[in-house]
Amino acid sequence: MSEPVTNLKNYAAPAELRRAPVVECSGGLGVLTDKLSEFAEAKTPLWWWLLFLPAAFCATVVLPFCLFYQVFTGVGVWGNNHPVMWGLDIVNFIWWVGVAHAGTLISALLFLTRQHWRTTIGRMAEAMTVFSVMMAGLYPAIHVGRAWFDWYMFPVPNSNGLWPQFKSPLMWDVFAVNTYMTVSMLFWFMGMIPDFAVLRDRATTRVRKIIFSFLAMGWTGSARHWHNYEKAYVVLSGLCTLLVFTVSSIVGLDFCTSQIAGWHATIFPLYFVIGAVFCGFGMILVILIPLRKWCHLEEVITMSHIDKVAKLTLVSGLIIAYIYAIEFFIAWYSGDPYEKWVFGHRLFGHTYWILGWMLIGINVCVTQLLWFKKVRANLALLFIIGVLINCGMWCERFVIVVGSLYQEFLPANWGKYMPTIWDIGLYIGTLGAFFMLYLLFVKFLPVIAISEVKGAMPHGDPHHPLGGAKKGGHQ
Amino acid sequence: MSEKVYGLIAEFDTPADILHAAKKVRDAGYRRWDTFTPFPIHGIDGVMKLGNSLVGWVSLAMGGGAFMSVVGLLWFTNDFDYPMIVGGKPNFSLPMTFVPSYIMLIMGGAVGALVGMLALNQLPRLHHPVLHKPRFVLASRDKFFLLIGALDEKFCETETRKLLESLGGKHIEIVEDAE
Repeated sequence: MSEPVTNLKNYAAPAELRRAPVVECSGGLGVLTDKLSEFAEAKTPLWWWLLFLPAAFCATVVLPFCLFYQVFTGVGVWGNNHPVMWGLDIVNFIWWVGVAHAGTLISALLFLTRQHWRTTIGRMAEAMTVFSVMMAGLYPAIHVGRAWFDWYMFPVPNSNGLWPQFKSPLMWDVFAVNTYMTVSMLFWFMGMIPDFAVLRDRATTRVRKIIFSFLAMGWTGSARHWHNYEKAYVVLSGLCTLLVFTVSSIVGLDFCTSQIAGWHATIFPLYFVIGAVFCGFGMILVILIPLRKWCHLEEVITMSHIDKVAKLTLVSGLIIAYIYAIEFFIAWYSGDPYEKWVFGHRLFGHTYWILGWMLIGINVCVTQLLWFKKVRANLALLFIIGVLINCGMWCERFVIVVGSLYQEFLPANWGKYMPTIWDIGLYIGTLGAFFMLYLLFVKFLPVIAISEVKGAMPHGDPHHPLGGAKKGGHQ
Repeated sequence: MSEKVYGLIAEFDTPADILHAAKKVRDAGYRRWDTFTPFPIHGIDGVMKLGNSLVGWVSLAMGGGAFMSVVGLLWFTNDFDYPMIVGGKPNFSLPMTFVPSYIMLIMGGAVGALVGMLALNQLPRLHHPVLHKPRFVLASRDKFFLLIGALDEKFCETETRKLLESLGGKHIEIVEDAE
């Protein structure tokens, strides 16, 4: 039946047509399964605790402390005040939503375009999406000031007979962010069902067996299961791809439907989507590079994957650079003195000019380093670039939000904004919560889509010699 | 409690083997059989004649339902129950309804895809006869299983076993179902 294939050269494509293998794992499917589930089953390494404990401290002490103090005292504890009524709460909200977007782009859009290399990093990217949308969702819930009235945002019948005002993009945001969180969680969970079955079948303790049996929900890997599963996966990918372009567009609409100079631009929805994706790719680099090394996943997440992520970062960075150029050009071309004033002050104003230059320096200039193959092959440098991109995009959101508000039309409405310790504490708290959740995910759940990677391996292809095919291919 | 024969299961080593075996089992005229693999095998749904999955329709129905419901909700709340003029805009217009209803279409479609997938697969279920087989844990690892159900008209323990043996199936075992 399955004769050993001795002469592989006869089957191989010519060198110029060959692609880098998705996975460089030399063993078969069994070895790969061992490798991919090893981390969730082995003893917790020291580095995990060293990262987890500070993150957990921020998430369980700093975050609730800042949160409760703000909710019980009022929004006045933050730096927000006339004329800058939107401060770090909105900056961080947009930043977190942005971080989420690259995850969806990798897991959904690259699935639809049949990029097999995404299989190894898709799960990590989805997890990033889920946790960062959670952090994003926190901000609108509390920046309304009276968090106990949050339910007014939902169309729930109440004793005043009032309904939400659906003509406002701020209202659409409620729908968009909630949908984004729900759908990305469903997508993430559904992708994990077959891998829960892997962990269930490998479980050595009764507790693990029971937990993963419940999570796998009786998955057997039947062809009928796979048939429906694959269809559902395509449908969910399509819907998630729509969300990539919808959620940040609506956040952009929050700004561009206003009359404020610097916000009132039709480019904003696109601008926010691309900015979000760019920022998210930065975060992917920050997460992927250390985890790849510490979880010993070098054979699965190869340098080719990192290279492709870096290239996508470069592409989104170039679009961002183009949008900056257009923004400045339109501000000049419009002839509107207020627009010119705002954009001139982004770079040559006072107080916040340094953030404007950081935005240009990082998002436009540093990103150009990714043109070089040597840079894309240098993990330490890529990690630093990833961190810088996150900082750069944070500066961009700060410049957009605060930079347009602090000097608006009337000089009587001019003022300054400085975040207080509660603003910063809350941001640190959400960062801690994000990394805590992420580390828990890495430790307990299948961090790589095991079944998807197997399907992308030559061993999983029934028409490939390694998958048991005989000479002549189709039997 | 008696044990009933549920089917005969055979183990294969490679995706090509299971695809080949599936073709032969189909050609032999069996109808109630299934394959269990660690990942979807390219082409096996065609061999098993599974057709188009209904998940897409479930998703469309739930997404479309959600879309229409939100259009209705917006009309009811902002135009019928408590009409209030904001910014001189009409109380109800299509551009205003599009974004929330489109977002809820995505939500409904996504829930429909997951729920539809689980329902069509008859999941969650906490028991399946094949899960009792000790070797079946390899179905999520690197082995490929083919099960011919005892309810199949052509099922005959000796004949079916012979067929599976001739196809190169290993560890051919009877799967029992507790009644």
